[in-house]
Amino acid sequence: MLRRTPSMNPTPAARRAIHPPPGPTSLFPYLPGSLLSAGDLSLEEISHILSRATFLENEDPLKRDRILLKRKIALLFYESSTRTRTSFELAAKALGADTTLVSSLSSSIEKGESLKDTGLTLRALGAEAIILRHNSSGAPWLLEAETRLPVVNAGDGMHEHPTQALLDLRTILTHLRPGVTTVDGETLAGVTVTIVGDIMHSRVARSNMMLLPRLGAHVILCGQRELLPEVAGQAGPGITLERNFDAALHQSQVVMMLRIQGERLAGLQLDLEEYKANYQLTGPRLAAHAPKAVVMHPGPIIRGMEVTAGVADGVQSVILEQVKNGVAIRMAVVERALTVGGAA
Amino acid sequence: MTALAIKGGHVLDPAAGIDGLKDILLKDGHVAEIAGPGKLKQANGAKVLDATGLTVAPGLVDIHVHLREPGQGYKETIATGTAAAAAGGFTSVAAMPNTKPVNDSPEITRWMQAAERGASVRVFPIAAATRGSKGEAINDYAALKAAGAVAVSDDGLPILKDGTMREALAAAARVGLCVIQHAEDTRMTAGGSMNAGPVAFRLGLRGMTAEAETSLVERDIRLVNELREARPHLHVAHTSTAGAMSAVRQARRNGLRVTCEVAPHHFLLTDEHVGLYNTNAKMCPPLRAAADRDAMIEAILDGVVDAIATDHAPHAVHEKEVEFENAPNGITGLETALGLSLRWLHKEWKMPIGRVLSLLSAQPAALLGLKGRGTLAMGSFADVVIFDPKAEWIYRARETKSKSRNTPFDGWTMQGRVRWTISEGRVVYSNPA
Repeated sequence: MLRRTPSMNPTPAARRAIHPPPGPTSLFPYLPGSLLSAGDLSLEEISHILSRATFLENEDPLKRDRILLKRKIALLFYESSTRTRTSFELAAKALGADTTLVSSLSSSIEKGESLKDTGLTLRALGAEAIILRHNSSGAPWLLEAETRLPVVNAGDGMHEHPTQALLDLRTILTHLRPGVTTVDGETLAGVTVTIVGDIMHSRVARSNMMLLPRLGAHVILCGQRELLPEVAGQAGPGITLERNFDAALHQSQVVMMLRIQGERLAGLQLDLEEYKANYQLTGPRLAAHAPKAVVMHPGPIIRGMEVTAGVADGVQSVILEQVKNGVAIRMAVVERALTVGGAA
Repeated sequence: MTALAIKGGHVLDPAAGIDGLKDILLKDGHVAEIAGPGKLKQANGAKVLDATGLTVAPGLVDIHVHLREPGQGYKETIATGTAAAAAGGFTSVAAMPNTKPVNDSPEITRWMQAAERGASVRVFPIAAATRGSKGEAINDYAALKAAGAVAVSDDGLPILKDGTMREALAAAARVGLCVIQHAEDTRMTAGGSMNAGPVAFRLGLRGMTAEAETSLVERDIRLVNELREARPHLHVAHTSTAGAMSAVRQARRNGLRVTCEVAPHHFLLTDEHVGLYNTNAKMCPPLRAAADRDAMIEAILDGVVDAIATDHAPHAVHEKEVEFENAPNGITGLETALGLSLRWLHKEWKMPIGRVLSLLSAQPAALLGLKGRGTLAMGSFADVVIFDPKAEWIYRARETKSKSRNTPFDGWTMQGRVRWTISEGRVVYSNPA
């Protein structure tokens, strides 16, 4: 910080050329099968996951279910989920794995068992990988460090949801770059993706922000100050803020709508009528500013809030394609969890 | 008590203006004689410590520690906390009152100082400023002072109400105590687990703004100014924001009795050191932005800061092995303060070693009015740290004397190896080369 801003009225500390201790070196012992952050994946790994997703989707089900035959995968869910949980389960079973679901209600988590102890218990029961959804940001790092099992982050607090970003990428490629299977830093050059709404509390937004700019996309974050703080613009390269929805739409080939996460608002009061007036995606707004854009939503949708029913069901909407892509991507991610590195 | 002669060392006592090769004789818990090498007159029969090549300095004084007793002996006890203090070269520690129950009574204040606690070094209790540290009713400061309290504070919690803080400052001034404020407007930090800013956003963690600290320090200084006739003494604990530091600077220019301390983690680390949810980098106030950290370094070098204090806050391993948001605030610090201060303030940033030691002994002792501490002048308490100033070593948390090991400095290089720590004439720590 000191050395980067010598021209901007340097503090006396900078004039004295004080060199503070270096930042932390990441000693985190990642297992190669883990997927904790979308930012961890190299472009090669992303390409590999995308091509395996396509391969596995088209593979003969009778051959496919021998890939992870009788391997044991635990789904550990501290939050409710429809799409993510079901698609991970279908993906693992499609590869022949045995899955078990542990959710915070109806397990010893209710009795106060810690994440560490729950993870160690699952490992003792034979789990070879854990798919974790948790209400606390960073929980997957803790689980991996304590269990030394491959962990797939299926959403941690307000932090990340990397498989969602991958399935969103697959969806975007299908529409804007059909036939592309190998991605590089230019694959999405010229593509602007606007993410709209409750960015502050959205792990989907953060994972997409970590992933899409690395393929050359420009990500616009759009929303009101309470749901989109200024610091979001500093989250990484290729990310800008635009408070005016119409102006953002106008530049976009892809628009991702987000649900307002009532469960994470922590006392924040929003004027929902005002929100709808400014940020609801309606048919007329879409027709006026982005008549060709691909409309996405990670779900769950609240019809009549962030999107109108007409838009959700309209021709530009690819929301159900996203869901379908979820199974393909998660097959590839689950396969990776159990077969790369020493995990095979 | 047998006499102890420390011979051949370089005595460095900024308060007494001593900086040279001297021999020192300790007798009956006090400094009995200081003389040139080999010139001690009363050392016959005294046990001798050979300090050749070592620095002999006043025992260090930490005015901000949590010893967890009474009530949370699984994290730390007065015995283990003071053993860690001794290992770090500290001979006086001021213990915060957020124990269970809260130390808001003369009885607990005395209990903490009782010989049965097994303390290695002197413990000076800081009593709660308000009943139960609830920020409402003011305690009886005269009675607490008579029982041995050296300051009042609700540390861990702020005194938010203007009226209560005003009353606390005035009442403390009447009995000659300072009010130590944990400056955090908790109305602005609810749900936060690290510094607000780009790092918190990226990690998906709710932030605690710098403003929440700065604004309360500014409020407190306003109250001190209103009460200036009474000469209240406000001490700002663990200062961590550039704004708070600049408010303290200004208050002192205006002649107000406002002092402040900075913890090593706040002049060394930034919120980037939270890394991937390292719960040993979680404390309150949190690690701040680089500009704040730089302002702390700056203020230390400029002499605005009165003390380096550790905010030693032990927590059991299982309490920190949880989700970041759920982990308790605090890190240990008694064993690393000297080594980090010498490594960075002295070696890296060229602060004279005497000034570094002064921030760790004479100045904090003076700040709390600890008579005969923080100096080796004749007649002072025989509180001494003897260290090898050139020795570099690696700190290993697993070797700690504390019951807890929640430190972000595990594996860091330290400078200055403590060889002996002497508390009132007793060797309470030794680690000969």
